Amino acid sequence: MHSFGFRANAVLTFGITILAFICAMASVSDNFNSPRPSAEIQILNINWFQKQHGNDEASLTMNITADLQSLFTWNTKQVFVFIAAEYETPKNALNQVSLWDAIIPAKEHAKFWVQTANKYRFVDQGNNLRGKHFNLTLHWHVMPKTGKMFANKLVIPGYRLPEEYR
Amino acid sequence: MGWVRKTVDSVKSLQVKQVLLRAISLAMVFTSGLILWKALMCMTGTTSPVVVSGSMEPSFKRGDALFLYKNKDPIRAGDIVVFNVKGQDVPIVHRVIEVHEQQSNGEIKLLTKGDANDMDDRFLYARGQLWLKPQHIMGRAVGLLPYAGWVTIVMTEKPVLQYILVGAVGLLFLTSKD
Repeated sequence: MHSFGFRANAVLTFGITILAFICAMASVSDNFNSPRPSAEIQILNINWFQKQHGNDEASLTMNITADLQSLFTWNTKQVFVFIAAEYETPKNALNQVSLWDAIIPAKEHAKFWVQTANKYRFVDQGNNLRGKHFNLTLHWHVMPKTGKMFANKLVIPGYRLPEEYR
Repeated sequence: MGWVRKTVDSVKSLQVKQVLLRAISLAMVFTSGLILWKALMCMTGTTSPVVVSGSMEPSFKRGDALFLYKNKDPIRAGDIVVFNVKGQDVPIVHRVIEVHEQQSNGEIKLLTKGDANDMDDRFLYARGQLWLKPQHIMGRAVGLLPYAGWVTIVMTEKPVLQYILVGAVGLLFLTSKD
């Protein structure tokens, strides 16, 4: 009962059990955080709007202001934030196309203002984008150091693409 | 080096019946652990794969263990999904960046990309495949446990360690004085 092997085994098992318990508690503590994030997205310009290889594609420049500081807890590793354009077409009930994303590594960087063109291509499955009304949704995914991930979004409706290609 | 001689002595003094009994109780310990683990996975609907590549850094590092959950909720942009490409063993953990859901039949087409990659995953899909379908998805990542997967990675990449570990545990149990 007192050999090196048994002692090592006991220490290891106990140690790992305690570690797992601490990780679970850290994750549970995240539930006590009530975040109040806010964001605003302005489309400054539609740079171009063409039909490429049979599919509509648009390029736009956005002004993004956000305050996501309340999402951070002591158990937060980073927050992954991205903007998706959501719209409906006759063929598809839902289309979600990611236009831009960023990683916020710390609370200090969570209040930001960014002016950027779309990082990823805004391409439709077809030619349905002329005059299209669409929403811009700002999604955030809180990646913890350990445990459960939280995700939510802010839907900003009321954007529209031009009627004609340019 | 006294313990080496003690171990060698105890190996020499083993009888067949004793060895068999010990081996069976060892096997019982392993299998009951396995049964418990698999039953938990079955009941909660989760699985726990290990992250082996760095394409989702800094969110997921190599060696982290993920908790996957699969339910009937439709997959939406931003979800982190685990999928297998036809013909590949290693599952891929990436984020969904595009979703197109058809009106007529509810069929969903997905496009994924690793956070740390510049390009989307089309180069990973099978030849001629442009989109992923929900049936290719093993589950959605809902949580993580850092560093918990390193044991699995080391065992898979250096199989000789598996034999050493099983051999050492076996020797320990078979030669214990209890």
